[in-house]
Amino acid sequence: MHAESEIRIPLIIGDKSYRQITDDIIAPIEGKAARGWYTLTTISALCFLWGICSLAYTIGVGIGSWGSNNGVDWAWDITNFVWWIGIGHAGTLISAVLLLFRQKWRMAINRSAEAMTIFAVMCAAIFVLLHTGRPWLDYMLFPLPNQFGSLWPNFNSPLLWDVFAVSTYFTVSLVFWYIGLIPDFGMIRDRVIKPWQKKMYGFLSFGWGGSARHWSRFEEVSLVLAGLSTPLVFSVHSIVSFDFATSIVPGWHTTIFPPYFVAGAVFSGFAMVLTLMLVVRKIYKLEHYLTVKHIEYMNIVIIVTGSIVGVAYLTELFVAWYSGVEWEQYAFLNRATGPLAWSYWIMMGCNVVSPQLFWFKKIRTSIVATFILSIVVNIGMWFERFVIIVTTLCRTYVPSSWNTYTPSFIDVGIFVGTIGMFGTFFLLFSRYFPVIAQAELKTILKASGESQKKAAANNHH
Amino acid sequence: MATTKQIIHGVFGDEVPMIEACKKLRASGIRIKEVYTPMPVHGIDALIGVPRTRLAICAFLYGITGTGLATLMMWYMMVSDWPNDIGGKPTWAYYFAIPAFIPITFEATVFCAAHGMALTYLLRCMLVPGAKAKNPDPRTTDDKFLILLDLKEEQAQKAEAILKENGAEEVNHKGSYVVEPKYILEDAH
Repeated sequence: MHAESEIRIPLIIGDKSYRQITDDIIAPIEGKAARGWYTLTTISALCFLWGICSLAYTIGVGIGSWGSNNGVDWAWDITNFVWWIGIGHAGTLISAVLLLFRQKWRMAINRSAEAMTIFAVMCAAIFVLLHTGRPWLDYMLFPLPNQFGSLWPNFNSPLLWDVFAVSTYFTVSLVFWYIGLIPDFGMIRDRVIKPWQKKMYGFLSFGWGGSARHWSRFEEVSLVLAGLSTPLVFSVHSIVSFDFATSIVPGWHTTIFPPYFVAGAVFSGFAMVLTLMLVVRKIYKLEHYLTVKHIEYMNIVIIVTGSIVGVAYLTELFVAWYSGVEWEQYAFLNRATGPLAWSYWIMMGCNVVSPQLFWFKKIRTSIVATFILSIVVNIGMWFERFVIIVTTLCRTYVPSSWNTYTPSFIDVGIFVGTIGMFGTFFLLFSRYFPVIAQAELKTILKASGESQKKAAANNHH
Repeated sequence: MATTKQIIHGVFGDEVPMIEACKKLRASGIRIKEVYTPMPVHGIDALIGVPRTRLAICAFLYGITGTGLATLMMWYMMVSDWPNDIGGKPTWAYYFAIPAFIPITFEATVFCAAHGMALTYLLRCMLVPGAKAKNPDPRTTDDKFLILLDLKEEQAQKAEAILKENGAEEVNHKGSYVVEPKYILEDAH
């Protein structure tokens, strides 16, 4: 047990013992759900239902039911795909990168951030699977031996790289998440009394024992998986950006895309984690574990990544002017002053201006301000993808293919549906799964618990 | 002569006295069978003589397998079986198009390393769906730290004294069993 400096603010507030942590984490599972939980779940489930109907309609009549048209052939589908994938990035970043950097504050948030990643990638997958037009032929994306002769997918195509990147990302995140969950399921199994719960958590815990051998392997697996996930998380959004950057469309054909997309992904992901955290914290009364300090740390990451995104926007503008390529120049002029300029200015306002408010300590430690700004950031990041995709495709090289874009009712339905699905899954997760990685949290109790720190300080004097 | 062995659980409320007790037990030549804790306790594995896990080596081997498989697959599909002719520039040899193959090679490496390692971990710990709980006392996943001893009679008494001296909340005897002489090996520490 190494001592931690007294001036560091404790990460676990109140007089907590190991037993108290167990009790607090298991409370939502053993007890009755709050009324807020039922309200939110009902709303989410209704949105999800609307999404399912829209999905069924799309599969029935085809993607002609969307607002996409001949010029704007990628629209809300890819916008939503990139948005969801971006949101998914925070989970792995928190659990992998912050693990490698030994950041103790990750422990209260990593579990739900990883859950968020998994659900967000599921939402993203819906759009890529649908946008092919005939989703029942999606198996052709994979290099399977087939009846069409030697017809293999094209490994030179970034779209195929994306198939591999997203599926690897999804499965690895899922495994990383589950391996972390096993010890906590073990704890729940040993605590619950109702027979069906005992059975269910017994099954889910895979017979976890918590012996020294288990733990030493567990830590090794966590560390190596974190090491593998860190480059993975950067590769996934880089590859998503290649979908655009390797094309010749003005406004897309830029080398700045990979880092700019990764920073944007972390930016929106952290914002989404904050939105969810603040709700979870309230509903399950976890204020002692998800403290204002945690919120502040996350807001600092938002300032950093938000500023990188802001610099990237300005760099794009500068390079468009400096390159002397008139197509590029027009693409950016069109974004800022064209028919869809409102979306560009929403993007600029939400992504460049709003995160800078977090420089004020009052704002970044205010729960209400954080909640509002975290939603504003995600609106801004959705518009970033909308601007990149739709505004650009409205005005490509040939004026005869210029077009405008209006989403259809079905487009809106699928998008709201994925938000509903995400919400439903997350709420179910928060009710039946341990929302905080309690075993890991117990390892920092001695060093970062409030009463433990006070006791240690008193012993010194 | 047949020997009787005893199973003893030393239960602690905190990891610090438990570590101390482990050290004392080892110092007096008593073998610790296993330690069960609610969370990872650093250094305990070396203390009770658990060798360092080789899972990371496995992960490396799985990873290079993934690299190899991806290379082989893309070479077969893009070069050997059907050289893809894009704009009159067919992939005559693998190295012509290596930059395009890097992302999938990387993803396949990570895929195989992560899943291979995860599966090895689960099987090595015998963590499979529906397996029975492996902790001898259900409180060890909550807030109790348990030292599991499996000792001969004469050592058992000494061990019990050490456990109590070092602040064990409970010392539970979980029965004894008789070992036939042919099964007895010299105690290895």
